[in-house]
Amino acid sequence: MSAPDTPRLDRRTAIKWMMTAAASMAVLDHASSGATPTAIAAKGYGMDPDLLKNYQPGDVWPLTFTPKQRRATTALCDVIIPADEKSPKASDLGVPDFIDEWISSPYPGQAADRKTVTDGLAWLDAEAQKRFQGDFADLRPEQQTAICDTICNSAKAKPEHKSAVSFFKRFRDLTAGGYYTTPVGMRDLGYVGNVAMTSFEGPTPEALRHIGLA
Amino acid sequence: MPHLTPEQAKSSYDVIIVGSGASGGQTAYTLTMEGAKVLMLEAGRNYDPVTETAMFQVGSQAPLRGVATPDKQREFYDASPNSGWTIPGEPYTNAEKEPSRQFRWWRSRQLGGRSNHWGRIALRNGPYDFKPYSRDGLGFDWPISYDDVAPYYDKVEMLIGVFGTNEGMENSPDSSPGVLLPAPKFRAGELLAQHHGKKIGIPVIPCHRAVLSVRQDADRIPARLHPGNAKAQRLLAESMRQRAACFWATDCHRGCSIRANYQSPTVHLPPALASGNLDIITHAMAREVIVNDRGKATGVIFIDKRTRTEHRVSARAVVLAASSQETVRLLLNSKSNAFPHGLANSSGKVGKYLTDSVASSFSGQIPALENLPVHNEDGAVGGPHAYIPWWLYEQQKVGQLDFPRGYHVEFSSGRKMPGMTAATGFDWLSGRGGTAYGKALKEDARRYYGSTQGFTAQGGMVPNDDCFSELDPTVKDQWGIPVLRYHWKWSEHELRQVAHQQKILAALIEAMGGRYNRKPETDGAKVIRAGGEIIHEVGGAIMGADPRTSVTDRWSRTWDVKNLYVADGAVFANTASKNPTLTIMALAWRAAEHLLDEMKKGNI
Repeated sequence: MSAPDTPRLDRRTAIKWMMTAAASMAVLDHASSGATPTAIAAKGYGMDPDLLKNYQPGDVWPLTFTPKQRRATTALCDVIIPADEKSPKASDLGVPDFIDEWISSPYPGQAADRKTVTDGLAWLDAEAQKRFQGDFADLRPEQQTAICDTICNSAKAKPEHKSAVSFFKRFRDLTAGGYYTTPVGMRDLGYVGNVAMTSFEGPTPEALRHIGLA
Repeated sequence: MPHLTPEQAKSSYDVIIVGSGASGGQTAYTLTMEGAKVLMLEAGRNYDPVTETAMFQVGSQAPLRGVATPDKQREFYDASPNSGWTIPGEPYTNAEKEPSRQFRWWRSRQLGGRSNHWGRIALRNGPYDFKPYSRDGLGFDWPISYDDVAPYYDKVEMLIGVFGTNEGMENSPDSSPGVLLPAPKFRAGELLAQHHGKKIGIPVIPCHRAVLSVRQDADRIPARLHPGNAKAQRLLAESMRQRAACFWATDCHRGCSIRANYQSPTVHLPPALASGNLDIITHAMAREVIVNDRGKATGVIFIDKRTRTEHRVSARAVVLAASSQETVRLLLNSKSNAFPHGLANSSGKVGKYLTDSVASSFSGQIPALENLPVHNEDGAVGGPHAYIPWWLYEQQKVGQLDFPRGYHVEFSSGRKMPGMTAATGFDWLSGRGGTAYGKALKEDARRYYGSTQGFTAQGGMVPNDDCFSELDPTVKDQWGIPVLRYHWKWSEHELRQVAHQQKILAALIEAMGGRYNRKPETDGAKVIRAGGEIIHEVGGAIMGADPRTSVTDRWSRTWDVKNLYVADGAVFANTASKNPTLTIMALAWRAAEHLLDEMKKGNI
């Protein structure tokens, strides 16, 4: 029930704050990755959006990934959620588009993630070049995993990888969030609700046995 | 449709109601069924749940997977357009700077107000809740008892449709026979909590929620609610027949296009409109109640938000149902020679004794729920089927607890529709260490999804002198209306209660064989939810037996102005360990009946 803003943060203040944050991030983008600076000056969906519309990333505000960022994102998403016998890989469910939508959001709640993700993707490609002489997306699976393994555990990671570790955790959470909020991802988790039923029967006999209450 | 522009308003009405939510809706229903001509003012836009509700939409169809933003401040699909903690151009202020002394105020700007997106948890106050001072010497007794309100609880429950059971619990009253609808079965986590809670003396019983588990009995209920009133019976029966039973999908917070849960625009307003006795003006921001030389209310001044023009409407009586704090604001802004400190404020108590639910949350993970065989656990989505009513009255009586009042516990569990965090936050469970990815992530997600059990305890608050609202001396909103300034401070009573909540909820997780990665907090101040955050704020025009110390009498009528009533939570003399909405509606019905009587007698 809690909102990401504080009670005294009115919309004007929020927008001002967000614009400042976006402007400073654009400078950072430029400095760290050489990408085109992209201040998020877009508008949100407003306080009375059409709830029945089927929204796609990019419908309300423009997506801002550079082609290079998009390639790295797609590759990393699929390392984080690969295909298996039960369900497809992350990019098959549009997760890179979702992450682009997320980091391109005009709202203050996603501003920190924009910096984390764009800086992190720049680090990822730089690290890939350093260790394997190619962009992350062009590496072989075991090379990609080798890089991820150096940043997936803060207890074992080198001190200089501290921000890369935070990036990986956050990127993993965004990827999983984007994936498991799709109908296919939901089905993979075993969520079978959201269908009209004539009665609610509670746990099945099998489920009751599972929890020891049959 | 009797939705009017300001210019179309009739020259005078029997009653003007400010607000269209649970209290305004109930008041309008009761009055119009008895033939009173009513004008309702709503600050928000018209809102039609039948055509606007996002039924079945999933996260991937929404921007940002539907998470809260400054534009939709609960979640994207929540039934709350133009609403939130912050509304552009309509600020409120806090007098103190410290984080612990902030009050947060949720406002809904739409026909039906917060009744569109509430949790539908519909608990009755019990006998103790109306006489707290007599029990523990703190706060105030209400001037009414449970027995005064009980018939109205029955009536509201029959009208709106409430599922639940009669358990004969101390201070959690039973409904009259035939009133409640059947309670749905418990979900797996709720069954586990019930089973293992018994071992440590915690009762887990069916929750009461305003959701139609079956269709209402349109042949029987209207006659029970409106004996001798054939027109009211017919209108209510027609409205009831248009309501479907819950089909056990779609979160109630989104509203309901099949009218299976209670919200004012699908339950209270259709029969009221069909009576021909109700006119509604939306986009109408009430600024002031008008009083004449003899101290009687004669109407309301409002701003038409679309044209930014001021309008006056007249009536024999005025009912404030704008939510407790908007009602306080209206009273304080209605200054005149006769009422220099605001209307109905001769006691100086308008704005005083603001209370909210005393709440904290705790969650854990239950290994027994891992890899649960797949089944549909939606149920009456967005809320519990089970809850824990306050149960330690005996311990409290013999002085074993270090806080007064109690709390109830709501459940958040199960295999609900996955949101952004449904498959993360499991890394502490697997023992692998680090951030799982690849095959491990997919395995963890399948294994642990739905195995976390969350609880929120919500307790009674003792009113205190540090919690109140007043007019800010300088700040006005975009309509030029002075805004509220809040003062807030939890007392030791609440902080100690929260520490107890944490201890008990952790014990319940442990009894269920569960584990947690955040220990229960022993310092209540660190986990208590901010004032206002539970959106159960009440008080500010409390009812009492003495006009020197209260704002309204036992009928929710202001002591100072005989034709001015307060139908919302402002009349609450304290927050009980129950959610306030059902009691608000019961008191609104009761107040409206009294108003009808007074009009019939010619006193108004």
